[in-house]
Amino acid sequence: MALDTDTKTFKYIGTRPDRPDGLDKVTGRARFGADFSMPGMLHGAILRSPHAHAKIVKIDATRALALAGVKAVVTRADFPTGLTGEDWNIQENVMAGEKALYDGHAVAAVAATSQLIARDALKLIEVTYEVLPHVTDVDKAMAEGAPVIREGAADYSVPEGLHPNIVRYMDTGRGDLDAGFAAADLVLEESYKTEAAHQGYIEPHACVGQLGADGKGELWCCTQGHWFVRQMCTAVLGLEATQLRVTPSEIGGGFGGKTTVFIDPVALALSRKANRPVKIVMSRSEVLRASGPTSSASMDIKMGMTKDGKITAASGTFRMQGGAFPGAPVDVTTMLAFANYDIEHVHHIGYDVMTNRPKQAAYRAPGAPMGAFAVESMLDELCRQLDLDPIETRLKNAVKEGTRATFGPKFPPVGLIETLEAARAHPNYGAPLGPNQGRGVASGYWMNWGGETSASVAIGEDGTVQVSIGTPDIGGSRASMALMAAEAFGVPYENVRVNIADTGTLGINEPTHGSRATFASGLATVEAAKEAIGKLCKRAADKWGIDAEAVTWEDGFAKPSGPNAGEFPPLSIAEIASEMGSTGGPISGHFESSPDGFGGSFGTHIVDLEVDPETGRSTILRYLVVQDAGKAIHPAYVEGQFQGGAVQGIGWALNEEYVYGEDGCLQNPIFLDYRVPVASDLPMIDTVIVEVPNPGHPYGVRGVGETGITPPLPAVANAVRAAIGVRMTQLPLTPPRVLAAIKGRG
Amino acid sequence: MSKIHVTTTINGDEVEYLCDPRETLLDCLRDRVGLTGAKEGCGTGDCGACSVTLDGRLVCSCLVLGAEAEGKEITTIEGMAQGDDLHPLQRKFIEHAALQCGVCTPGILVAAKALLEKNPDPTETEMRYWLAGNLCRCTGYDKIIRAVMDAAEEMREAS
Repeated sequence: MALDTDTKTFKYIGTRPDRPDGLDKVTGRARFGADFSMPGMLHGAILRSPHAHAKIVKIDATRALALAGVKAVVTRADFPTGLTGEDWNIQENVMAGEKALYDGHAVAAVAATSQLIARDALKLIEVTYEVLPHVTDVDKAMAEGAPVIREGAADYSVPEGLHPNIVRYMDTGRGDLDAGFAAADLVLEESYKTEAAHQGYIEPHACVGQLGADGKGELWCCTQGHWFVRQMCTAVLGLEATQLRVTPSEIGGGFGGKTTVFIDPVALALSRKANRPVKIVMSRSEVLRASGPTSSASMDIKMGMTKDGKITAASGTFRMQGGAFPGAPVDVTTMLAFANYDIEHVHHIGYDVMTNRPKQAAYRAPGAPMGAFAVESMLDELCRQLDLDPIETRLKNAVKEGTRATFGPKFPPVGLIETLEAARAHPNYGAPLGPNQGRGVASGYWMNWGGETSASVAIGEDGTVQVSIGTPDIGGSRASMALMAAEAFGVPYENVRVNIADTGTLGINEPTHGSRATFASGLATVEAAKEAIGKLCKRAADKWGIDAEAVTWEDGFAKPSGPNAGEFPPLSIAEIASEMGSTGGPISGHFESSPDGFGGSFGTHIVDLEVDPETGRSTILRYLVVQDAGKAIHPAYVEGQFQGGAVQGIGWALNEEYVYGEDGCLQNPIFLDYRVPVASDLPMIDTVIVEVPNPGHPYGVRGVGETGITPPLPAVANAVRAAIGVRMTQLPLTPPRVLAAIKGRG
Repeated sequence: MSKIHVTTTINGDEVEYLCDPRETLLDCLRDRVGLTGAKEGCGTGDCGACSVTLDGRLVCSCLVLGAEAEGKEITTIEGMAQGDDLHPLQRKFIEHAALQCGVCTPGILVAAKALLEKNPDPTETEMRYWLAGNLCRCTGYDKIIRAVMDAAEEMREAS
């Protein structure tokens, strides 16, 4: 797609106005998922397996149905049969069939006149289980004799003879590894592990569903992508896609975890049976046990380097479990593990493995942080053993425009070198360190995404602008859209209203995922604005009796242009709008596409931390995020993405992990025990926005949401290495693990 | 199980509701009174999204029973602005982009207001420890702390 990259000086873009939904969000009136209710609404609750792996012998709901106030019970028998592929996976995950596949797997659901009655009714549903052997660790799940989660789940890519839990296999690379390693002065090999982390959005999943016997329904829910919800719910329930209208609420965080469904089809199934709307809200322990955390990973890395710091060859084997279904993001891990660097000889092997854990969902840069942890840890170790500066060494190997990526294509303009140079120049890189303190550096990448996108703009009768987009605003994107629309039309920011449209109002939109909302919905908004501007110019041309081509649009006004256009006073958008009913009707613009000019974003982080030698606890002293935004539309929200991504990564590196007991049940399904970073754990998070414009967006935007979680895992681990003198290869770096490493030292 | 009749004061208004003895104050605010500004993020007192004050004391309303509100004075996020005038904390949160998704924001604002009423001039460390019971997953807390510091300064200058 050819787009005119507009390089003029911006009037609105790059400023920091108040977000349009600010007042709603600071007064408590913004309506999030659980805030929506309907007349006649019932409350749903879900019965979940207490076993990690068990055959469901019998479900008897007689006593539950006899409880006053109970209106419906559903089990898998209430869902259609015959689904295949990912549709079947989602159906099986939202309601277990023959087996419960993990601790927390849904086995039945009830709708009642109150939440308390619904919860009481769950206790009256009798499920007979036959408990089966389970496995939750990725390496154990691949080993001979491991319990089989499901026969026949592997796809064509898996070589014969591997364990049935291995469901996808990847093998990619180029060059001659032997020659590459032979050219190295130092070759290192090491194994690394990361544990599963949860997105940890503060708002649990919530929805209200209404579905009639006519197959028509409505759903209100907190989601990153309501067209995805529509597709998944209608597939799981055997409905026609457009007969379900999905309206997104405000969303209380998602980070990838709200791009799929867990409770929505269940609420609709209960509604269909009870003939009333049904609301379901997950508890926090349900979120942790039965929504979609990310994968855990086990990785073997080998890298070679010359004594002056050139990487000669690299190879990695990546094993990742994604719960009881195919889909661990190991394809992305293999793609991005070495993507920062220009490496001639490179090889990746990936295994997607099933275990008795919840079905993984996307989590911010899915698959990238694990590989980055392994590779950037090893790069740090190579630099250490060869006495090289970590930033200079990264600069020596950094990819740039034209470099053939380790995953194949040549890079378009990218900003890794610029982030490294800015990091090197930042005062944090030279700040003095005391005893037990260490500094860690790491870089990371996310390729970003375009995806199916529809947007429309409509001119109001007073000349204000209404923008309708389909990507829920999860972090201030209404402000970015309004800034881009204001820039395109040349109208004040305050004159733009941005609405998140439901599935009945626009064409298909992929979710707010892949760091795509500001890029793709922003591009669509600008292009839709250009279409509307063309119509505004035409109205002015008709009024003046000249050709439309002789009219230009400038700062909110139509103006005659060129030697033969004639002399006419400029017409404002408000003047044209006020007459549009009698000059041809409403004026609007639309844009639909799957834009492919998304530009990837590189980042470099520097962290200083102190390890308490008596407890093993790490305290972050300083943290710097440098990242390429292409063009920061609203810099404050770009900084916010950098800071939020970094802190999630710090949590994953230091504290957060899924802890499974011998029984295969999750041991820490509340926020007290699944400990995300709190305010007192952290210093201010310093940021530097680098801007290497993306030629694929009219204003140069790159997505910025995901890259920020990729460098923190290795940056923190590298800093701990510097502080304690021991290389830690398994995350999280909890105080007991670090203390054990310190005690084990020499 | 018969319901309990509760008479309480919420944001200065006398309010009556009937509640099940098992219902929390958060359930009653949201489902009985229709004040949905306080959010349930955990139900175990770990996230602070349900923060309100009860007779001036900051509490997690998910850890208080609805029946305990009898005769008490409760303030919620809905009572923070005076008519059209936002509280300085509310204004500064918007100005500093101290929220991304905004679901933790009501609880953090209520908690920060309680802090500044006790201590108008807290250090950054005091702020971070006071707000340690309010989880925010989006921002990394940087802009939240800056907004609270800025609001505190403005409030000190105005007093």
